Amino acid sequence: MSGLFNLSPTKKHSLNRGWAGVLIASFPAVTGSFPAQAADSVESIRVIRALGREGEGNPAAAEAGRNLAAGGPETLPVILAAMDGAGDLSLNWLRAAAETIVDRALAQKLPLPVADLGKFLLDTHHNPRARRFSFELIARVDPSTASRLSAGMIQDPSPELRFDAVQKLIDQATRAATEGNKAGARLLFQQSLQFALDVTQIDLIVKKLRESGEAVDLPYVLGFVRQWKVVGPFDSVGGKGFAAAYPPEEKIDLSAEYQGKTAPVKWRDWTVKDDYGSLSMNEPFGSLKGVAAYAWSEFEVSQAQDVELRLGSENAWKVWVNGQFIFGQEEYHRNKAIDQYRMPVHLNAGRNVILVKVCQNEQTEDWAGAWDFQLRVCDPSGAALHSVGDKPSPTLGDTKAKP
Amino acid sequence: MNRTLALAGSLSLSVAAATSVAADWLQFRGPQGAGSAGDANLPIVLDAGKSVAWKGDLPGRGLSSPTIIGDRLVVTCASGPQLDRLHLLCLSTTNGTRRWERQFWATGRTTTHEKISAAAPSPTSDGERIFALFSSTDLFAVDLDGNLLWLRGLMRDYPNASNALGLSSSPVVADGVVVVQIETDGDAFVVGIDAKTGLNRWKIERRKRANWSSPLVLNAADGKHLVAVQSSTGVTALDPATGTEVWSYKDGASTVPSSTVSGETIFVPSFGITALVPQASGQPPRQLWRASQLRPATASPVVVGDHLFTLNDAGVLTCAATATGDRVWQLRLKGPFSASPIAAGKHLYLVNEEGLVQVVNVEKPGGEIVSELPLGEAVIGTPSVGENGLYVRSDQHLWRLAGPPRTAVQ
Repeated sequence: MSGLFNLSPTKKHSLNRGWAGVLIASFPAVTGSFPAQAADSVESIRVIRALGREGEGNPAAAEAGRNLAAGGPETLPVILAAMDGAGDLSLNWLRAAAETIVDRALAQKLPLPVADLGKFLLDTHHNPRARRFSFELIARVDPSTASRLSAGMIQDPSPELRFDAVQKLIDQATRAATEGNKAGARLLFQQSLQFALDVTQIDLIVKKLRESGEAVDLPYVLGFVRQWKVVGPFDSVGGKGFAAAYPPEEKIDLSAEYQGKTAPVKWRDWTVKDDYGSLSMNEPFGSLKGVAAYAWSEFEVSQAQDVELRLGSENAWKVWVNGQFIFGQEEYHRNKAIDQYRMPVHLNAGRNVILVKVCQNEQTEDWAGAWDFQLRVCDPSGAALHSVGDKPSPTLGDTKAKP
Repeated sequence: MNRTLALAGSLSLSVAAATSVAADWLQFRGPQGAGSAGDANLPIVLDAGKSVAWKGDLPGRGLSSPTIIGDRLVVTCASGPQLDRLHLLCLSTTNGTRRWERQFWATGRTTTHEKISAAAPSPTSDGERIFALFSSTDLFAVDLDGNLLWLRGLMRDYPNASNALGLSSSPVVADGVVVVQIETDGDAFVVGIDAKTGLNRWKIERRKRANWSSPLVLNAADGKHLVAVQSSTGVTALDPATGTEVWSYKDGASTVPSSTVSGETIFVPSFGITALVPQASGQPPRQLWRASQLRPATASPVVVGDHLFTLNDAGVLTCAATATGDRVWQLRLKGPFSASPIAAGKHLYLVNEEGLVQVVNVEKPGGEIVSELPLGEAVIGTPSVGENGLYVRSDQHLWRLAGPPRTAVQ
């Protein structure tokens, strides 16, 4: 389970030529009533896309939402197009307006513009969530076609659309296995692994493949960073290590020696062996309490790009990329999950430096021993990215391990 | 005179409980969050063939309690591979048919303990609007027909406001303000949001510590209200219009079960149970008694007449006198329980985590289990009560339990 953490809370957007263009193009053909209605919709969409912090813009958005929701089903492609580039809060406003239109249209037995919805769905440049929404609207009126479309979305950039397509393959593989067709099942699982993005699906597929005797490098498939340099322990008695800026936060010098909690400390190489990429600081430093440690790694990409750092930890942590603080959370021993925190960051072409601080508190319960984190780099769809030169090392793994 | 004292002087310290039968069930644990349906006519002898008036499918997981406004039942769910699709459904209480549904995308983190999901806080209503909060800190206000009025993504504004186990505190609405209590190790606050506009009226910082308890609405003078927020530091009564503290109990309290109000007394899960009566001068509330043997686990306490009931970790129901805290009897039930008990007449309705509904007559000496009904699915959420019906939800279904008039089976 996860939730996107956007480091730039909903921005105000200027009028976007993309959705405005769709809108202006649609009205003369569909309604013949341009420009008054279209102008209203342009303004409503602009208002909805301009939400600010702490509820700012809600009163105006409420009126704009009512205006949009009053439209006919022919306006659905316009609303969907307006989702491109919109902030997450605005997406929900737009979705609510579209749902209202659809509910009213279906109650009045009016047709939905399935052809336009399909055109929108098949254009993978549009917002992935908007495309999934479009798919679901088609499914409401033509579930048979939607199901057939779904099977072809095995490489779709929308995680939800791809999930369903991959699931069909997994289901086929499972059926083949049930029918005793081991070779066929294995082939289908192999194929599904080529396209799966969802962690639970990948986990299931890899377990099945390993059970069949096929070695798979699960942490590589998931894209966990495994090669680190670590240094510690630093003092975090009373939790002070979370706020304290120890030398690695000021300057990275991998040859430096620092004053640790009880003795001088130096960087050392550390390779993560865990199937789910978990770097346990208890391994290099021992099961300590009231301590902090740093992990450093380089991530090399051939082209500058926007990516997501996805981190899970049940300890307090902070992360920096290329010296810039990205995010941190001061929470201990509540829960850990893959992709628990999703942080959009920009990577430069070439080498990028990732620095993680992870703190252990002084709880003594037996369930409070973890001092670790797991981190992977993904594209916005959730596809794992690998640092240049990172190679898989397939293993049969520990199929009893849990993510 | 400082502002706190001025407020204390202007607000009556009566916390008169709602004891009448309420047709609407507008928040977690119903009127005033007391878990009491008054004399609602619920079935006593549960029977699989006769007591299930209807059973409806739900589109996703959840443990939020249904909110009932007239014949509208509103419930939340979470679905999708990442459980980040948020559902707000309105069903007919009569037959379970779907009146409307809104779906939203979570804008905050949805990681929770595996037993629960983002649909943990219960929706609340002022009778005109519905306010639905999710563990992702997404908050939606819709009218009774499902039209979106405003929305908030509190994690967008306050990015550390998450708990990896999930948030469950249910919002309340009082005097035109939606009061949302978000308390985690990373950030902690109570925010008063204008029910009409979705804008912050006020926001107060709180101790950064995970807390799953829900606020209570207390009646005050002139038709006004106070909102009592509970945490590890105790209980603080706030003026919902301004967020100003009116009184505070500072001995600490549980972060899981919530307080219960009955008459002028607030029963706080604190050192077992501590019974408090607010004072007229804005001073700390007067402690009536403290009973360490009344230690509620996850379920919140409930009052029936002159008796208070708590459920402990072992599934033991304890009955105590509200006047003294003295234990009267104990009854071992089939647990464990996450759902809080609901009282109707002289009966308690308790649903364990396996979905076994147990009806207990609390007027019988030692308590008596009158009937049981296995629903066959895990139930974590607290039931709600509408007119003549008990509503229980699981991750997949929602049941309306109803039956013949009580007089027919007594």
